[in-house]
Amino acid sequence: MIKLVPQFINLCATLILLLSFAMISQRRIVSLINLFMVQGAVLVVASFLLGYVSGLEELYISGALTLALKVIFIPWMLHRVIRRLNVRWDVETLFNVPTTMLVGIGLVIFAFSLALPVSRLSHSVAGGSLGIALACVLLSFMMMITRSKAVPQVIGFLSMENGLIFAATTVTNGMPMIVEFGIALDVLVGVLILGVFMFQIREKFDSLDIHHLETLKED
Amino acid sequence: MNWLGIFSQLLAVLVALALAPLLTGWIHQWRAWLQNRSGPGLLQPYRALHKLFHKDSVMAEHASPLYRMAPYVIFSCMLLACAIVPTLSTDLPLSPAADAIALVGLFALARVFISLAAMDVGTAFGSLGARREMLVGFLAEPALLMVLFCASMITRSTSLTVMVETLAHRELAIYPSLLLAGVAFTMVSLAENARVPVDNPDTHLELTMIHEALILEYSARHLALLEWAASLKLFAYSCIGLALFFPWGLAEADAPLALLLALPMLVFKLALGGMALALIETVSAKMRIFRVPEFLGTAFLIAVIGLLVNVLLGDA
Repeated sequence: MIKLVPQFINLCATLILLLSFAMISQRRIVSLINLFMVQGAVLVVASFLLGYVSGLEELYISGALTLALKVIFIPWMLHRVIRRLNVRWDVETLFNVPTTMLVGIGLVIFAFSLALPVSRLSHSVAGGSLGIALACVLLSFMMMITRSKAVPQVIGFLSMENGLIFAATTVTNGMPMIVEFGIALDVLVGVLILGVFMFQIREKFDSLDIHHLETLKED
Repeated sequence: MNWLGIFSQLLAVLVALALAPLLTGWIHQWRAWLQNRSGPGLLQPYRALHKLFHKDSVMAEHASPLYRMAPYVIFSCMLLACAIVPTLSTDLPLSPAADAIALVGLFALARVFISLAAMDVGTAFGSLGARREMLVGFLAEPALLMVLFCASMITRSTSLTVMVETLAHRELAIYPSLLLAGVAFTMVSLAENARVPVDNPDTHLELTMIHEALILEYSARHLALLEWAASLKLFAYSCIGLALFFPWGLAEADAPLALLLALPMLVFKLALGGMALALIETVSAKMRIFRVPEFLGTAFLIAVIGLLVNVLLGDA
């Protein structure tokens, strides 16, 4: 049984990567939040499995923290925000999903080749997942760049943080607890501020399209 | 090659011929049940074939010999595909003749012929169907190849029988790349077999049909052969999927008695697969034709990620 656990962690890594791609191709904001929630849940499972296989209790705490924040609180808050902003069923126009996906494949190849020498140095059971975690970070970056609405950009930011936590957990068996708490708190505060910010954008411009922020003065 | 091998090969072909319409009927029946209809019955495809074989064929006036020949070519392509896919046993004398890449080539050959024949008579629907079929085909083929390569990379062979044997004999392990390949394969087979998110096999609504538009001009025995070939194609795809992702219960060269067990096992797996297919078809809506490239592009992408993940995690 213990032999299968690293394989399960690899499976989780693959699922996280797949969910990143699903988020890139998703047009509806509600589904985007749900996908983000599922990604968080897979991350929690991966942390618990790693904690079980390495016997480190901190990983359980970090997993529980992710569960409370990323799976329960933040998605709930985002759902509330989009309901209040009335953008629940907004369909966002992306530029050309297939192109984005192809660029995504390029990013994955880049991340994998970058991570291969590094992961050889790692002694963790799931050191091979570093490439996948890096790819998730890059994909979320790309999502933040290609989206024009505020809510998907926030989700891209959060999903990038998922990738970072996953990288830290798999390669080094988790960061020191104080760093972990710091990041969690940062994300929480960040989301709260961005939530307020989104209401302000909406109030000012009647839309969440951040292109309105490009000009300083109204002509 | 021995007599047992020839026997299992013949049995595989006969089982494919006999079971393929039943599988189609089974899926129709389940779709009907899931939509709260009573359904046409399991044997409806056989009745339809019987009816079509006893009718007189009507040919278009300007039809060329290619049009006449196409149903036979397509039917033999599909039958050969069914013969080289390990359905019951991995002891198939025909199998070295064609590996996984040649199998994709066989499907492509059938596609070329059906598209040419559809354009041959010169009706608008035929050309429309041919164009759409090619659009779907050229996107589905690379995705299918990538799926097969995923399995090839794990088993280090492109021969279908070797792949299936290796997969069935490995110790229990979770391959993330096979999972991804499975998802991609499901998407490709939906597109290739003209199932619901891509094409509706039951409709004759001109704006949406692909497969029906291709065979619109055919009648009687030619139509019967084409319908049967479509069933065989679905059967072949189901068997590829089952053999790659659920390879248990197949008979092998040194265990002839396992053939007895392999048939009920295959029927059981196909029944479950058919139910799953009917469920997918019921819960998903037909997509616009211009969304199909996106759908198949996603399938290709998932398969490529599977390959990459296999490269990254393969030795872990």
